[in-house]
Amino acid sequence: MLLNQFLILAAILFGIGMYGVLVRRNGVLVLMSVELMLNAVNLNLIAFSARLQETSGQVFSLFVITIAAAEVGVGLAIILLLFRNFRSPDLDEVHQMKG
Amino acid sequence: MVAQNVAFGILALAMVLAAIGVVRTHNVVHAALYLVVVLAGAAAQYILLAAEFVAWVQVLIYIGAVVILFLFGIMLTRAPMGDLEGLDNRQGLPAVVATLALIGTLTALLVDAFADQEIVLDAPTPTADIATQVFKVYVVPFEAVSILLLAALVGAIVLARRD
Repeated sequence: MLLNQFLILAAILFGIGMYGVLVRRNGVLVLMSVELMLNAVNLNLIAFSARLQETSGQVFSLFVITIAAAEVGVGLAIILLLFRNFRSPDLDEVHQMKG
Repeated sequence: MVAQNVAFGILALAMVLAAIGVVRTHNVVHAALYLVVVLAGAAAQYILLAAEFVAWVQVLIYIGAVVILFLFGIMLTRAPMGDLEGLDNRQGLPAVVATLALIGTLTALLVDAFADQEIVLDAPTPTADIATQVFKVYVVPFEAVSILLLAALVGAIVLARRD
């Protein structure tokens, strides 16, 4: 297996995730797109760990998975709070700071 | 080696299509289900790369916990179950251009940098090796992550509770 096939797959997934973050209005869907991007990063870490025969990459991907779980918890709590205050899960309703 | 490449191709195709499904579908619940396909595909890729411990952690935490959290989020924000218009904003075209530019740049860079480096795998990584790494070399970040998880838990409760 080539190293590049995994890296390019990860690049494509990262790009799709970025598209989702840019385009989606619903906060839950934006968080899902962020998860896609985090998964692309994990795939990179594991691919390099296999290439270099070195377990550090796997340890780092475990850290990324943990942080992603924490991020989803807090992110969903924030979206819930926005939903309570604005009666809509859409992020572009939130423009109170706009001059 | 051929079997591994075929498996990689099938998984990669399924992952990319499902990822496009996540960002394009008009149904919020379908997006969560497509996300399960992407995450399971990633777990299978980790097994292909002989990282079985990370693969099972991925299945447990992502498919088991994170997707359930997303489904709870969908439920609590009362997203309608059927097809829904207005899930996307009006930045579709610039976003496509930016995405294609990003993927193109990264691919060109990767092809240039790692032209034909091979991954040679002999045996799956023993979980004991990862444990040794976590509790020896990375013990301080590990403890920091535990504190962070606790803080995130408390923070989520404080944010979401009604009073």
